[in-house]
Amino acid sequence: MDSCLGYAKQGSAVLMYEDGIYGAIKGTAIADKIAAASGVSFYVLGPDLKARGVAEDKVVDGIEIVDYAKFVALSAENDKVQAWV
Amino acid sequence: MSEQIKKFMYLNRRAPYGTIYAWESLEVVLIGAAFDQDVSLAFLDDGVYQLVKGQDTAEVDMKNFSPTYQALGDYDVTKLFVEKESLEERGLTLDDLMPLTYEDEDDDWAEKDSIKVVSRAELADIMEEQDVMFSF
Repeated sequence: MDSCLGYAKQGSAVLMYEDGIYGAIKGTAIADKIAAASGVSFYVLGPDLKARGVAEDKVVDGIEIVDYAKFVALSAENDKVQAWV
Repeated sequence: MSEQIKKFMYLNRRAPYGTIYAWESLEVVLIGAAFDQDVSLAFLDDGVYQLVKGQDTAEVDMKNFSPTYQALGDYDVTKLFVEKESLEERGLTLDDLMPLTYEDEDDDWAEKDSIKVVSRAELADIMEEQDVMFSF
């Protein structure tokens, strides 16, 4: 996540999915960095939160919880997509 | 064949589902439980996420293997060490984890907690006592 944020610019969208969803949880060192990243939109995949037992109220404010359809829409809306594996 | 009981520790350092490590570890623990060794499990780093309660994998089309941790007690796997620092670094407390218990046959089958939260330094000491360590 640290590395990813280093490359996110104004207008970038970051979607956290699979184990990446742990980056969306409140109260971590990463949460502060997400809050500080201005101009970047953050999303997290709801089904992956549920799989890992992470309740929606644990997600940092300002991160939008999305479903698979929105995942597809985001992939289409953003002209370059990088999988940060 | 030697009848000597060895201390086996399984180290769990990865989150469930994103990779196969957590599940594989659990499978090896259950297989190894047949060999009557002194088994303990350690959960540290992202491994602490394996024990988080309320896992529901219906929408990701994967098997939810978290209920299997409840069965460990029946296989005499009753020592689950969870590292305090790893929990804190992830904003978690003991309350976020599944309550895991076992029945102690040496104490009139009293129900006891399997999970013990230990500090990094304590876990280092526990690791030092082991004969064999498996890392996942």
